[in-house]
Amino acid sequence: MSDLTQRERMQIPRQEMPAQDPGIRRGNFDEVALGFTEALARREAERCLQCARPECVEGCPVEVLIPQFIRALRDGDMIEAVRVMKVKNGLPAICGRVCPQEVQCEIKCVLAKKGEPVAIGRLERFVGDYELARRTCPLDCCEPSGKKVAIVGSGPAGLTCAVDLGREGHGVTIFESLHAPGGVLTYGIPEFRLPKSVVHGEIDYAVECLGIEIRTDHVIGRTLTLNELLEKFDAVFLGTGAGLPSFLRIPGINYNGVMSANEFLTRVNLMKGYRFPEYDTPVKVGKRVAVVGAGNVAMDAARCSLRLQTLRAQGTGENPGEVHIVYRRSRAEVPARAEEVHHAEEEGVIFDFLTNPVEIFGDEHGNVCGMRCIRMQLGEPDGSGRRRPIPIEGSEFDIEVDTVIFALGTSPNPLVFVDAEGLERTKWGTVVTDQETGRTTKPRVWAGGDVVTGAATVVSAMGAGKRAAADIHRFLMGEASW
Amino acid sequence: MYPILEKQVLSDVTKLIVVKAPQVARKAKAGQFVIVRIDEYGERIPLTVADYDREAGTITLIFQEVGKSTMHLGTLEAGDELATFVGPLGHATEIENYGTVVCVGGGVGIAPIFPIARALKEAGNYVISIIGARNKDLLFWEDRMRAVSDELIVCTDDGSHGRKALVTEPLKELLEERPGEIARVWAIGPGIMMKFVSLTTQPYKVPTIVSLNTIMIDGTGMCGGCRVLLEEGARFVCVDGPEFDAHKVDWDNLLARQQFYREEERLAVERWEHECRLEGVLREGGA
Repeated sequence: MSDLTQRERMQIPRQEMPAQDPGIRRGNFDEVALGFTEALARREAERCLQCARPECVEGCPVEVLIPQFIRALRDGDMIEAVRVMKVKNGLPAICGRVCPQEVQCEIKCVLAKKGEPVAIGRLERFVGDYELARRTCPLDCCEPSGKKVAIVGSGPAGLTCAVDLGREGHGVTIFESLHAPGGVLTYGIPEFRLPKSVVHGEIDYAVECLGIEIRTDHVIGRTLTLNELLEKFDAVFLGTGAGLPSFLRIPGINYNGVMSANEFLTRVNLMKGYRFPEYDTPVKVGKRVAVVGAGNVAMDAARCSLRLQTLRAQGTGENPGEVHIVYRRSRAEVPARAEEVHHAEEEGVIFDFLTNPVEIFGDEHGNVCGMRCIRMQLGEPDGSGRRRPIPIEGSEFDIEVDTVIFALGTSPNPLVFVDAEGLERTKWGTVVTDQETGRTTKPRVWAGGDVVTGAATVVSAMGAGKRAAADIHRFLMGEASW
Repeated sequence: MYPILEKQVLSDVTKLIVVKAPQVARKAKAGQFVIVRIDEYGERIPLTVADYDREAGTITLIFQEVGKSTMHLGTLEAGDELATFVGPLGHATEIENYGTVVCVGGGVGIAPIFPIARALKEAGNYVISIIGARNKDLLFWEDRMRAVSDELIVCTDDGSHGRKALVTEPLKELLEERPGEIARVWAIGPGIMMKFVSLTTQPYKVPTIVSLNTIMIDGTGMCGGCRVLLEEGARFVCVDGPEFDAHKVDWDNLLARQQFYREEERLAVERWEHECRLEGVLREGGA
């Protein structure tokens, strides 16, 4: 097939990725998207036109050499495909699953102009999974430099920074506050979207190859502080993410059954609450769940709720219940990844657009029993470029709910800034950095990912980790002064 | 992994463990807490630091077996290891020389009130301590509390040791008998006890500090499960506390929130007790 004409390539339809049936998957936590088979992957790879000036690469925050890896895949040279991938991306099995490809690489694909883009994300995942299963191309590192770097946070930004610095031969120690590494990949993104075996497989692989040390149970700002790290390490990278949940400032947020998506997802994912009582941490949702917000985290919370309801009802003949997404803007403004919205709808999540909560009601035991909402309409575009939602006066209405999950975005956790004078922050609590290098206002301290941008995507955090790693390397080797 | 170096049985349901965790011991101060997880399947539970030894690198914890996790923890012995031990978390107690202070410890709350009383004594305060429990068997550390207090009042609900009274009774008498003398009160114990200590001191306008122990997961401000309603709005026990001005706490909300997983806790305890019985049967059968 390798000698197809461009016209023939363009006639191949975009290959669908096999997935669990919606009716079945809402009753389990297994992965929804099953991944390409080798035949499907090679067929999809044939669609790539191998542009001389590939725009897809520009769309990728870590600049994966997309046409080259697809070419190798098309030629059946998997080892080469893996090698090319790992030049830029040490965590492809993760990125292939959680990147919003439709607004990054795939939107720039020349095929997208007339039809459907090459399924770059699915191909990346295929290569990543192949490598996780076979380990053909261990990351290699240079001679030890004798320099030591501390990375705070083992999420996407920290891991990427650690891998790149490890490859350069620097001694890397990652400090993680929780008991398992991965940050949001571990506590936030559910098993059915990103299996923990993939996260830990990818992390273990990189850490073993490069001799990176991960110290879990270390809260920087408490167990150790930034200034103490600076005494022992030549450079420090802060990739602590945006871990603080937001609650609406409305009456009733402290009733039982009102929680942050962070709490709910941490119970489900990190603590494996969906397997209670085999695992000790309980998690529960009622029969009428309202998830407030419409980002990826909201979709995750809604789909976990649906699964918990279905599992509970199994074999009882009872109606499992309902899960609503309550969002103050309209469908067009939904910030979640397109595939997540699609999957949520297939599974039965109900979307209440242009609706905003104004009060939560509780019963005599302090449990949530209802929520008052107001209808919204869209006005002029606001600072984010999206049309501003405006309440319609007098349009309040009450809905019956027994669980309310707030998925309203998060902000950086200020704990890490204890004993860190000189580290400037914005009024939103994010760290001020130089965009190109990730340098903060405090000497020998870099930062990247959500702690700088506020809640964003996995791959943009990885991009920031990469840029910082490059500058840290130059600094450590004396090629750049502070 | 964090090894348990020593274990003491203080009562049927109250246990003391000394855990090797130098990175926590190096920083721990009175008033702070740690998060403990027993094993791969375990919950993350917050426990207040009862004592620390910086040189030995150890933290002493005292806990009462009230649910599955603490019952399981109570079965561990010296030589066993904990999967997770994070800290020190929360703010330390603000220690100054206030003059005359009262430290109230109820039940297992005696453990965390001890380092606070000690620190207050070291700072030059005249320390009056009141410790209480349901009965004699649940009391512990009377000698240690006596050693760091200028006056110690011991009471039990059933009168089996010390005075037959709730801790609020001697507290009220002190406030009555020594008007204007008591500068500050600390109280640690069950939620309901802290609520009534708060109600007792409120009419006398004596600043009262309580250490709240709420449901939490990470202990670093991430989950928000520990939020407590104060007059000025919701606060997180893990990062804003664990100590708060008792007179500002919405106690009914706090007590209601502690009940949220009651049914699940009951299930977990049942399952645990069943497993323990099974294990017992198997052991006997094998012997």
